[in-house]
Amino acid sequence: MVARSDPRRSPRILSAWFASLLFIMLGATAFAAVPGGDLTAEQLERLGERNLRVVETAVADIAASGSPVALEVLRALQDGRLYRRDADGVMLVSVRVGGAQVYSDPLAGTLGEELADADVTLVRVSNRIRRVLSAAIASLSLDSEDPAVRLAAARQFIDSPDSALLEAIETALVDEADGRVRNELEVARAAAIASDPAQSEDARREAVDRLAEAGSNRARRVLIGMFIEEGSELDVRRDAAVEVIDRNLARWQQVQNLWFGLSLGSVLLLAAMGLAITFGVMGVINMAHGEMIMIGAYTTFVVQGILRGISPALAEVSLLIALPVAFLVAGLIGVFIERTVIRRLYSRPLETLLATWGISLILQQLVRTFFGASNQRVETPSWLAGSMEFGQIMITYNRLAILIFALVMLAAVILLLKKTPLGLHIRAVTQNRKMAESMGIRSDRVDMLTFGLGSGIAGVAGVALSQIANVSPNLGQGYIIDSFMVIVFGGVGNLFGTLVGAMTLGITTQLVEPSLGAVAAKVLILVFIIIFIQFRPRGLFPQKGRAAE
Amino acid sequence: MITARLLSGRMTPWDVAFLLLLLAVAMVVPLLNLIPGPDSSFHISAYMVSVLGKYLCYALLALAIDLVWGYCGILSLGHGAFFGLGGYAMGMHLMRNIDGRGVYGHPVLPDFMVFLNWDELPWYWLGFDMFPFAMLMVVLAPGALAFLLGWFAFRSRVTGVYLSIVTQAMTFALMLAFFQNDLGFGGSDGLTDFRDLLGVSLTADGMRSGLFAASAIILALAYLACRLIVSSKLGRVLVGVRDAEARLRFLGYRAERFKLAVWTFSAMLAGIAGALYVPQVGIINPGEFAPAKSIEAVVWVAVGGRGFLVGGPIGAVVVNAFKTFFTGNFADYWLFFLGGLFVLVTLFLPQGLFGWARDRLAGRKGGDGP
Repeated sequence: MVARSDPRRSPRILSAWFASLLFIMLGATAFAAVPGGDLTAEQLERLGERNLRVVETAVADIAASGSPVALEVLRALQDGRLYRRDADGVMLVSVRVGGAQVYSDPLAGTLGEELADADVTLVRVSNRIRRVLSAAIASLSLDSEDPAVRLAAARQFIDSPDSALLEAIETALVDEADGRVRNELEVARAAAIASDPAQSEDARREAVDRLAEAGSNRARRVLIGMFIEEGSELDVRRDAAVEVIDRNLARWQQVQNLWFGLSLGSVLLLAAMGLAITFGVMGVINMAHGEMIMIGAYTTFVVQGILRGISPALAEVSLLIALPVAFLVAGLIGVFIERTVIRRLYSRPLETLLATWGISLILQQLVRTFFGASNQRVETPSWLAGSMEFGQIMITYNRLAILIFALVMLAAVILLLKKTPLGLHIRAVTQNRKMAESMGIRSDRVDMLTFGLGSGIAGVAGVALSQIANVSPNLGQGYIIDSFMVIVFGGVGNLFGTLVGAMTLGITTQLVEPSLGAVAAKVLILVFIIIFIQFRPRGLFPQKGRAAE
Repeated sequence: MITARLLSGRMTPWDVAFLLLLLAVAMVVPLLNLIPGPDSSFHISAYMVSVLGKYLCYALLALAIDLVWGYCGILSLGHGAFFGLGGYAMGMHLMRNIDGRGVYGHPVLPDFMVFLNWDELPWYWLGFDMFPFAMLMVVLAPGALAFLLGWFAFRSRVTGVYLSIVTQAMTFALMLAFFQNDLGFGGSDGLTDFRDLLGVSLTADGMRSGLFAASAIILALAYLACRLIVSSKLGRVLVGVRDAEARLRFLGYRAERFKLAVWTFSAMLAGIAGALYVPQVGIINPGEFAPAKSIEAVVWVAVGGRGFLVGGPIGAVVVNAFKTFFTGNFADYWLFFLGGLFVLVTLFLPQGLFGWARDRLAGRKGGDGP
């Protein structure tokens, strides 16, 4: 690697300039200034000045004040939520409360009031100020009570390493109890040392090793951005460190793909589970299955709307309430379809396929007529929002919840099939309809309940999928072919096969996707399945039977 | 003459009536378009000729589906793929015929390739400037795909709903693939902006009428061919496959070979339908591969009545006439109507309109159809 000509390192002059600027401002004021100095309205007003230097000093002053309000104001400025009231020039922080824009004076601590858009002016931030701001916010945040805020601040330091901040980092390290924040602070310290050519060769070498150990993309950027004499020992060491990180990141990339695959697999599992039951028992292809999922998602939307109308607290648990409601709604529609249409077509599976396709068109158009063709917004409750870090990858809570939910559903359905009288009847009819009838099982009633059960499960799947898919009348269409592929692949009438089929298809898709692209991956999977059923026409786990077919 | 002898005793009065009707239409519609002035109440506008020509292409597609569904029991949910491939083959020929009159004025490359900064024609576009080659590909491309899929599927005895789903997956995969820009078929915009065919402008009145007449005559010929097949010994075997494949196999017939032959032939017919469709509509895009299109074509056959050959074309024309009417007047209700049609026809008209009407005329209920 030729150090000087690497284009990735070209912004270093710029960053050096900012670093020195930060040094002047923060080093001279933020950490040296007397703490406890309070904020004045005048200081805040200076944030709205045209002159960038004045704004810069104002940011520094506010940060140095150490006032609890300072963080709030600076954040508001960064997020574009800081406004000036045109009448008297007072700075106001705006917050969105339940759809309305509310402005409050941070110094007065008064409750927000609604103002007309014309009465206030947004305080704009130039890119230059933005850099200063984020550093100021980071150092203020290191004092925060919340470990997540401190973690973000430590990362901010890694992203813009500056040896002027070393003292602050060291101070923070002394008191830091949280292991993860500690770790990031250590990396931040290493980043600051490694990026400063004035530090001793030994210290920088040690810092490079620490960064390699961190293994993150952040650390990699620091290493790439280092000032190093080309061909020196440190340069060689740095290149080695970058390589170590690259290998580490490549490994994590695979983990990430695996996670995406599991997530996609759980979605497929949810979508296919109901179909596995109806298809397995009745040999009926229900083309309206996707629409049951869609109806489940719309049920969630309606339930959420009603509950939000009653109380915002209830909206938080609306998903839990929507689950049984969606099961009932979709299940009852399923029973109705079975009684009116499918029952009449039992000896003609191909006609059933056509009739259910017709039903799917009608259901789609019904929903389109009542709710409109556009996407409906289903809110994510706060307990499902956000994500957690797992090594170098992010795992969002809603995807994790869907994975767990899919597995719980699968377990519940298996229990239902194995341990209840209804399950016994369903299995009997699946294995040998005529024999089951001879034993006194009312197969037409079993058919009705099975179809209701399969549709209900699809509705429940719709509740879960409303969290990650666009809730539109076409929602179900996207899942129908994939669901069939899962079942054809896994084997009909076997839920374990459905699980294996869904996970295999999900993981394979995601592992192939990065190198081939999404569409090619999908085409490849379809071709693979078409070839697969040449060799296992009844799927991975075929049902055992004696019928000569 | 040979055909006449072959068909003697095999044609029903319905066949004769249908063929005569087609011939009459093939002559009358172009004449009414060309001879009376635009103000005359007998005049058929150029737009109407194109619409009717489109119906005839759909009728040919329906005929192809009926051949495999009505006589061989193969419910294909992917005939739109064969239709689309035939259409793309014709579209590629028409694209090559633009000859530097495109927006970018490139002498060889179609506009979308210039737009993608391609330097030369991909190999699979070579030869399409020649009409005979393009026409060969119109039948070969769908035929090859059908042969490949059928060879795999029939050999391993993939039947019934499984086969239907596989065909649907096939057309779905093709749709996804053709949406890709770098596949070299124009991506989501497809192929359009056609100029002329065999040296005649596509917008000329004579051209539209000619295409219409060609569609009617080709439909008639395809109909004769299908009648020949289903009334021959091969046809008997096919019906045997439909009604009791296992028993036929026990009797020593290689059922999969018969299925493969008629399946491939049906795909070629669908390809021809697509090729006739494209110059009359002026565009071909990946939407033709959408699974919904294929399944809609199946319902034409169900509406007209399957297993009669004449039912498919009747259903295609009737349903599409309704579609033109609905989408012009009550677009929101079209899907209700179509969906209801799927349900009601399968529930109450298992023999379709033709079977129902024939039984009524014969004064009996129920029939000997499938």
